Amino acid sequence: MTHAHPAGNGPADPRTSRASRSGDASDAGEVSAGLAGGKRVFEPAEIRRALTRIAHEILERTHGADDILLLGIPTRGVPLAERLAARAAEFEGRTVPWGALDVTMYRDDLRLRPARALGHTILPPEGIDGKTVVIVDDVLYSGRTVRAALDALTDLGRPRAVQLAVLVDRGHRELPIRADYVGKNLPTSQREMVRVLLAETDGEDAVLLGERRGALA
Amino acid sequence: MNRHLISAADLSRDDALLILDTAEELARMSDRPIKKLPTLRGRTVVNLFFEDSTRTRISFEAAAKRLSADVINFSAKGSSVAKGESLKDTALTLEAMGADAVVIRHVASGAPHRLAGWIRGHVVNAGDGMHEHPTQALLDAFTIRRRLGLPPGAGATGAGRPTSRRGAGRGHAALDGVRVTIVGDVLHSRVARSNVALLNILGAEVTLVAPPTLLPIAVGGWPCEISYDLDAVLAKSDVIMMLRVQQERMRAAYFPSVREYSRRYGLDVGRMEALPEHAIVMHPGPMNRGVEIAAEVADSPRSTIVEQVANGVSVRMAVLYLLLGGAELPGEIR
Repeated sequence: MTHAHPAGNGPADPRTSRASRSGDASDAGEVSAGLAGGKRVFEPAEIRRALTRIAHEILERTHGADDILLLGIPTRGVPLAERLAARAAEFEGRTVPWGALDVTMYRDDLRLRPARALGHTILPPEGIDGKTVVIVDDVLYSGRTVRAALDALTDLGRPRAVQLAVLVDRGHRELPIRADYVGKNLPTSQREMVRVLLAETDGEDAVLLGERRGALA
Repeated sequence: MNRHLISAADLSRDDALLILDTAEELARMSDRPIKKLPTLRGRTVVNLFFEDSTRTRISFEAAAKRLSADVINFSAKGSSVAKGESLKDTALTLEAMGADAVVIRHVASGAPHRLAGWIRGHVVNAGDGMHEHPTQALLDAFTIRRRLGLPPGAGATGAGRPTSRRGAGRGHAALDGVRVTIVGDVLHSRVARSNVALLNILGAEVTLVAPPTLLPIAVGGWPCEISYDLDAVLAKSDVIMMLRVQQERMRAAYFPSVREYSRRYGLDVGRMEALPEHAIVMHPGPMNRGVEIAAEVADSPRSTIVEQVANGVSVRMAVLYLLLGGAELPGEIR
């Protein structure tokens, strides 16, 4: 599964479509090859502090997080949502619901790549109606994944409000979308790739920034 | 995945598991308020049915519509086929109409294979003669996996803790060691052929039980056991799949009488009780109640017959999504 966000020559090129969210073993190989020698721009302690701050901000902005629901976008948004929920629960002394929202079927770049495996969507039994949904993802780049998530939410119910939390905002938006909570603003060039590693999925916490080596194909 | 789904035997283990895992995700959609996904918007799926089949056609139709594809139903009765049009001319007509996928059922074994050579779209075999019916085998495997509680893909490790799925083909539960007994008219059954192939790919142990007259000549080469005695295998079956006695395909006397067939090879309550506690009873439908399966068995909690219908839609959605949902990169076309 790639979570690299390869910079591209524009969405028309299938090889550069970013943020494939689903299991695709061959991609993972490409990504690690592409990021060989990537620079660590975010250490585990910084990730921890950023998530703690975001959890506080969510509580503050939502006045104590009544009726909020944290929905992570697979793959790496899901453990981030779980961590944020755990922190918010710790600060407020009660459980904060979290889940997963797979957006694969709503992506606008499906036809640019072979069909991909689907991730899990996990929602609380009471659904999302009337909740303040916070979408959680690792990297915000073009904004296309978030657009897909907004469409997916529409089909699942009618939240009272939708907010967005990301660990890294690397710029280069292609849609009018911004994050409400940002762990780190990371200025990048389109030629660079950002890769988030998390203990739950990769065995360690880190954010890597690297030059893309060769074409992804 | 291949470009077409013509035979279950063409699937690799990873392909088959990808379809089952995708179907598992799609099945969860059925309790959503909006049971529709935008994924195949603007794509056209043609249901080309040269043989009567209501349940398979509406299952494919529901699957395509839930993925927002446009569906055109073409049935041979009352169409130009009745006026003598050849399969190839029909295919070229569909091609000209811009069909992205053709779901075909045909009386002649091999018709989907020929069709695939004539059109640019994807071909899905919905049953060809006495050859194959791969989506039925996939939905049967899906039903077995769900009912026997075998965990789906790597992602489902414990509720409430959604861990990520990392790479297709790793850590998925197949049907390794599951003992499946398929009973009845194997000779005329494309369902049996597809099931033997797919269940074998997924690691299950298949036993065919039928009168010698209803087994194909080449069955010795199939990857399965053969038995002529149903009572002998009941106790060692996790799944028992009853096939329909296909009177319409029988042009000779394959057994002395329906009553005798039913006595030796029908699943009645007594035989059901001889099955292990956890065993399930399957039937691809439509059933001949009182012939291959007793009404009490068909309506018992062990029967998965109604579930199989619901699962059919999820599995066919998965197949259509995986064939049509993505791009075909030049290297992928086979």
